[in-house]
Amino acid sequence: MVYFLCFLLFLIGLYCIVTKKNLLKIIIGLVIVEYAVNLFLVLLGYKTGGHAPIINLAAPDWIYVDPLPQALVLTSIVIGLAVLALVVAIAMRIYERYGTFDITQIRKLRG
Amino acid sequence: MQFLPLFVAVPLLVAFVIPLLARWNKWMPDILGNLATLYLLVAATGLYFIRPFNNIMIYKMGGWVPPFGINLVLDGLSHLLLLTVCLIAFMATFYSIAYMRKYTGKGKYYVLFLLMLAGMNGVVLTGDLFNLYVFLEIAAVASYALVAFGTEAEELEASFKYLVMGALASAFILLGIGIIYGMTGTLNMADAARLLANVGTAGKMFVSAFFIMGFGLKAALVPFHAWLPDAHPSAPAPISAMLSGVLIKALGVYAIVRIFYNVIGVTPQLSYILMVLGAASMLVGVLLAIGQWDFKRLLAYHSISQIGYVILGLGLGTPLGIMGGLFHLFNHALFKSLLFLNAGAVEYTVGTRQLEEMGGLSKKMPVTSATSLAASMSIAGIPPFNGFWSKLFIILACIQAGRLWFALAAIIGSLLTLASFLKVQK
Repeated sequence: MVYFLCFLLFLIGLYCIVTKKNLLKIIIGLVIVEYAVNLFLVLLGYKTGGHAPIINLAAPDWIYVDPLPQALVLTSIVIGLAVLALVVAIAMRIYERYGTFDITQIRKLRG
Repeated sequence: MQFLPLFVAVPLLVAFVIPLLARWNKWMPDILGNLATLYLLVAATGLYFIRPFNNIMIYKMGGWVPPFGINLVLDGLSHLLLLTVCLIAFMATFYSIAYMRKYTGKGKYYVLFLLMLAGMNGVVLTGDLFNLYVFLEIAAVASYALVAFGTEAEELEASFKYLVMGALASAFILLGIGIIYGMTGTLNMADAARLLANVGTAGKMFVSAFFIMGFGLKAALVPFHAWLPDAHPSAPAPISAMLSGVLIKALGVYAIVRIFYNVIGVTPQLSYILMVLGAASMLVGVLLAIGQWDFKRLLAYHSISQIGYVILGLGLGTPLGIMGGLFHLFNHALFKSLLFLNAGAVEYTVGTRQLEEMGGLSKKMPVTSATSLAASMSIAGIPPFNGFWSKLFIILACIQAGRLWFALAAIIGSLLTLASFLKVQK
């Protein structure tokens, strides 16, 4: 069920990228897609009633969540930040050149 | 074994040092960038003497044993790609010394170039799925920035398009890697392949769909090719040569081969899908190329078409087909980067990329015209040149496997390529 909702979030982002005409809305769609993937990775490692993955010798019967996906998500968030910074910078320069965020008016390249 | 990490570490280190030393002397970026790529080329060639034939070199990062730690693996396939990447990178940096004089910010250019190189070397060497994703993103982010390097209106537009498509592809790939981790609980490629053998086909098909989508976008196979003809011509010429020559191969084709052949395992359906995608790219790419009058744009469409040949050969799955595909991959890297560098030279001298406005260039630039002729002959598959032999292998492999329609498509594609390059030679 949770995975299904996560996938739905991914599809919402995808829809946003495909249909929106505004550069900033496309960027927001991109961010939603990234967050959906990050959420999916974190969910993979979650176990019901799990504790933070630091071994507690006093309580040997604790269940720990899987620490690996958390490390992956951390890396993936950093990469996402780099991509976001770059895409926003490019969008700003596009606005300087064209004076608009509307992709239907940004068409200097022929198909 | 100890030198495998250097293929990633050296370009990263030099990329870090260049901005520090660039203020000191304006030739520093050129010298350091060329020395780094020269070193990588020598090292990649030298490894052929060290790596015993048919042998695999493994480097364990930090001494951790494979299923837990990250490892770098060098086998025959990665070595071929590594050599191609380092060779084209050295040629491109050497060319950049003169070509990049017309741009400002040479230091930043070399930094991005070396980051892209480090990412590509990492992609071909790594033996870990998530590490593959990280290196892929390093190379991709650097290439987005390089496409926009001139900061003209068209370049920014192309870069934005490329970035949105590329980031979406990366999201699909990461989702696929996450699903593999969920099914097997490991990220090491060899370990995942072993554990995936016990997983049902439904799961594998699901994950294959994500990977075909993601890597297909990176390799610019036909339904996902829209970004390439904008992004590749907009970049400075040496970068176009790198993007078309090696980036789509290291990030797209190599990753497809590695994931599908070594991790998930090829089924007949999957092989058929790859062949159809290959044949479609081959024909659609070349048909779109015929109508182009912008030299670099024409070359970019040909990249789509030639990548189609590579994927068709690899998708066949027979030894001859795989050999033909890999041989064509190497050949394409050579002649396509040569053509892009020539296009850059022509643009540098004449100031235009429109084919109608050129003409009589063979008198003005005899060397460039001779090398263009050789490369065009090669890409069109005229007999003594390398492109002919690799295409012949692919077509023979198609016939051998009983796929006559694909063989016919490959021959038609080759004829159309010849037709469109006749225009360039005029």
